[in-house]
Amino acid sequence: MIRVALPYHLRTLAKVDDEVQLEVQGQVTLGSVLDAVEARYPMLRGTIRDHVTGQRRPFLRFFACGEDLSHEAPDAPLPEAIATGAEPLLVIGAIAGG
Amino acid sequence: MSGVRVLVGTRKGAFVLTADAKRNHWDISGPHFAGWELYHVKGSPADPNRLYASQSSGWFGQIIQRSDDGGKSWHQPGTPPGEPTTTPEGMPKAESNKFVYDTSPETGKPLTTHQWYDGTAHPWEFKRVWHLEPSLTDRDTVYAGVEDAALFRSTDGGQTWQELPGLRGHGTGPLWQPGAGGMCLHTIILDPSDPGRIFIAISAAGAFRTDDGGQSWRPINRGLHSLYIPDPTAEIGHCVHHIAMHPARPGVLFMQKHWDVMRSDDAGDSWREISGNLPTDFGFVIDVHAHEPETIYVVPIKSDSEHYVADGKLRVYRSRTGGNEWEALTKGLPQSDCYLNVLRDAMAVDSLDPCGVYFGTSGGQVYASADAGDSWAPIVRDLPPVMSVEVQVLP
Repeated sequence: MIRVALPYHLRTLAKVDDEVQLEVQGQVTLGSVLDAVEARYPMLRGTIRDHVTGQRRPFLRFFACGEDLSHEAPDAPLPEAIATGAEPLLVIGAIAGG
Repeated sequence: MSGVRVLVGTRKGAFVLTADAKRNHWDISGPHFAGWELYHVKGSPADPNRLYASQSSGWFGQIIQRSDDGGKSWHQPGTPPGEPTTTPEGMPKAESNKFVYDTSPETGKPLTTHQWYDGTAHPWEFKRVWHLEPSLTDRDTVYAGVEDAALFRSTDGGQTWQELPGLRGHGTGPLWQPGAGGMCLHTIILDPSDPGRIFIAISAAGAFRTDDGGQSWRPINRGLHSLYIPDPTAEIGHCVHHIAMHPARPGVLFMQKHWDVMRSDDAGDSWREISGNLPTDFGFVIDVHAHEPETIYVVPIKSDSEHYVADGKLRVYRSRTGGNEWEALTKGLPQSDCYLNVLRDAMAVDSLDPCGVYFGTSGGQVYASADAGDSWAPIVRDLPPVMSVEVQVLP
């Protein structure tokens, strides 16, 4: 079971209170995890990555296991601790705004 | 007993204000979508309980929200949870927040770039929905004016959106430039007497009209004079801030331009200035009395370098003569130490008698007048900065 921690506003949109937990078929990558997030929560499509290009939105980053994975390829395997559910994938919004 | 519902979009959420027809005791609900920017919330004339809201964020992009019960509950009208997000053919479904410019060979070829601030070519990039204009007759049809400027339409209650590419593709699109607030299509007016006629306005390209339901468009900026473009009377490039029309006289348009208040008596084919005795003719809002087509309202703003009202006084100006002769309406409005702005979509009128007039400020006040502007009182004083105000009369 993959764990994904979403920022506050995306939890509100998805109507979840806490981390989301997902089954991911095949290799666990950024792309496959986000596909699973969007399949379970279609209201989040377009809010994390662009509808058309699939690019990460500029004010968001992906952290896990103490590392910044934002620039990993969508099909690169995520750390084992993410694949086993020991650690969550963190979707982080830029700290800014008024 | 009839009542009114005021829909307020702010920098940090939406609010719904309701009152009976006397309009002196108000219930406030909200914030809806707390923490998000709500550029616009508007109800369907065909079904007052059908509301559309543009919710956006610099972090997470554009969301379209819909209510079918007058704002008590909301949902994103896209794919419901649990349903496949791909079509039977395996293609990703369109979604309620998916605004994709038409780049088909037939229409997309000349639409690839517009001018950037420095005059260089810049690709069209979708940023947000500024204005939602529901159809006058069908609750599931709604138009969206977006940044970078384009017009989209949904015919399925906001679930999916398609561009009307004839606007960007009519010829002048590659020359359009953004204003400081972005290159936004902020005004959409549907002609109640002619389903094929739509007026739109773009900052800073100008006003445009279609007479065939959105297939073909042409600029309607003759008579506008703008000193901030190389040719002050150019066909396009004018920073039109807002346009208003009385539904009983759809050929008469009133415009608040960046500077200058203007009027057209021929559906935009030509314009003449009606600023008259206004203390300043810079501003954003303009609206028309619900029962008197020659009575119009503006809120003059000191200048484009100082986006607040002049002399520390919040004054609505009313003309009962279709322009040129203006009177200041001040009763109930702050007349000292006031430095507010009123944005382009933040004024509305109701159709009760006497006509109600409403506007919201950058300081979070929403003011209402139940006597056509003679006197004012705040409905609420301390909302986040107000971006849009619309009003519905309920049976």
